[in-house]
Amino acid sequence: MTAAPENRIGRRLGQLRREGRKALIVYLMAGDPDPEASLDLVETVAGAGADVIELGVPFSDPLADGPVIQAAGQRALRAGMTPAGVLDLVRRLRARGVEVPIALMTYTNPVLRQGYAAFARAAAEAGVDGVIVPDLPHEEAGPLRGHLREAGVDLIPLVAPTTPAERVAAIVREASGFVYCVSLLGVTGARESLSDRFAPLVERTRRYTDLPVAVGFGIRDAEQARAVAEVADAVIVGSAVVRLCGETADPALRLRRVGEFVRGLREALGA
Amino acid sequence: MTGLRELTEPDAQGRFGPYGGRYVPETVMPALLELEAAYREARSDPAFWSELDYYYRQYAGRPTPLYFAERLTRELGGARIYLKREDLNHTGAHKINNCLGQALLARRMGKRRIIAETGAGQHGVAAATVAARFGMKCTVYMGAEDVRRQEPNVFRMRLLGAEVVPVTTGSATLKDATSEALRAWVTNVEDTYYVIGSVVGPHPYPAMVRDFQAVIGRETIEQIRAAEGRLPDVAIACVGGGSNAMGLFHPLSAYPEVRLVGVEAAGRGLGTGHHAASLGAGEPGVLHGALSYLLQDEHGQVREAYSVSAGLDYPGVGPEHAWFRDTGRAEYVAVTDDEALAAFQLLARTEGIIPALESSHAVAYAARIAPQLPPDAIVVVNLSGRGDKDIYHVMRLLGQAGREGEAAR
Repeated sequence: MTAAPENRIGRRLGQLRREGRKALIVYLMAGDPDPEASLDLVETVAGAGADVIELGVPFSDPLADGPVIQAAGQRALRAGMTPAGVLDLVRRLRARGVEVPIALMTYTNPVLRQGYAAFARAAAEAGVDGVIVPDLPHEEAGPLRGHLREAGVDLIPLVAPTTPAERVAAIVREASGFVYCVSLLGVTGARESLSDRFAPLVERTRRYTDLPVAVGFGIRDAEQARAVAEVADAVIVGSAVVRLCGETADPALRLRRVGEFVRGLREALGA
Repeated sequence: MTGLRELTEPDAQGRFGPYGGRYVPETVMPALLELEAAYREARSDPAFWSELDYYYRQYAGRPTPLYFAERLTRELGGARIYLKREDLNHTGAHKINNCLGQALLARRMGKRRIIAETGAGQHGVAAATVAARFGMKCTVYMGAEDVRRQEPNVFRMRLLGAEVVPVTTGSATLKDATSEALRAWVTNVEDTYYVIGSVVGPHPYPAMVRDFQAVIGRETIEQIRAAEGRLPDVAIACVGGGSNAMGLFHPLSAYPEVRLVGVEAAGRGLGTGHHAASLGAGEPGVLHGALSYLLQDEHGQVREAYSVSAGLDYPGVGPEHAWFRDTGRAEYVAVTDDEALAAFQLLARTEGIIPALESSHAVAYAARIAPQLPPDAIVVVNLSGRGDKDIYHVMRLLGQAGREGEAAR
């Protein structure tokens, strides 16, 4: 396989690695509570120190998501957000000069509906750098990965605590961007305590790839982020931020609180 | 008789033509691969099938009769109508066939806990039943709306020792219960076996559930030959996820002279948007682990299905049905709530059999076509379940219709 040309994700994570720093990846639901608010949130989160933004494409049946992200997706759908609308958001962010790497987190059906080739072209054209599809395992990922690679977009693979070593090897062999390690058995959502399953998984993953290894699912605060960063290259925080977005009705206050929270995470990982 | 056809089998990726596959979170992929290997081994083990056969006969009450519905035939004035009496199974529906098979497989795999989703509650009751019989813990996910519509079955499940978890997301019906069961499986995948209730979900479930339900079609072939000396002209079954239909169709699909008809729920009418006809009005898409026909909007969001019958109220359908549809091996039609309710009463009045609302859809289509067929034509209708669970629901519906009728007069 030929390596995809380096995009914003590769450049950013590569730079951090050379500097010996850890990456912070923050998940936001596109269109929650509305498209304009999303634009401001992405800018704020990027300004507060997120190195990559994972932008959720709202889907009616998000199998891998817990209640917080499910509810955010419902809010976004009610506000009229569509897959094309998410790409439009990215386009507008790029037009505003926002250069933070963006990975879409979507489910298979909205992508399939548009057609893999058309989706890949449209995503690249809008300024998307990566795509994460939690219900598209390795066995089914080939066709979409081919189209995305052609367009210069990474298909970020997921590995789980249940993934045995030889399967990790097969999954990362085709990967670009980074590898997404699911920290626990379960769906997205902040947990009281950290799972003890992610460290062996990160170790297993590193045996087969030099790509940056990110850990997500269940990380709720700066303290947990710091603990994860001791073994991973990148820490992904989703539901904790999305909950904060959902809890705060006033737009200015929402931006301030989310900004403070993300700055706190960034500081915990080293400035 | 014309030449036999090969029976359909999924390819190595679990696909029937383009349909099927495995679209699930990575966390459960190793469990699916383990299940596929365990089932492949069990499938080729005669001891597995002879044990299952024992439970089919001694516990579920198989073989179920193929009953000649003489008064219904006379009333409709056309083809000779036979009913495959899956309603006479233990727990009142065909669902027990599949649950026995999967429970034996789960036990073989050393799993002590099962989870299941349910719509009308028939699969949940069957899963709770086999869990009790084999000493397993059982949790059933059920849409809150269905918990309300199917109160007696909720009580049955709890009596059998199962935990029933009401699901309040989305339309709070079978689709959402299935999503929640999958989420629960992702969380407990290492010690839990997920008993899927229909020929849906990721590979190997569609083919495996079909194999456990194919006893319906095999018995039907034997019984109709004994009764009539030949195969039926038409075989009719209702289709939600499609397990009772595939159980009947699959063995019959080898015989090209038999017309196979799947009956979907047209709900308030296909034009109203309130229906569950994924094969008739859906388009290919991915939901709950498989690619198949799906009710969805232009953006790929899954549309909520609607049917008076909780068991048919599902926006997807099994991938083998999608393949049968595209290849023309089976035809798929739809009947409305009103037609199904009329058939519910028709069968009760003519034969003393109260069918499940799901099965009433198949009866309704038989009632539509039988009068146009010659008297020597043979129609087999799969009576997938009995209507006890639906009587309160139907009582409310008919009571309301009665009052509206009176008001109109």
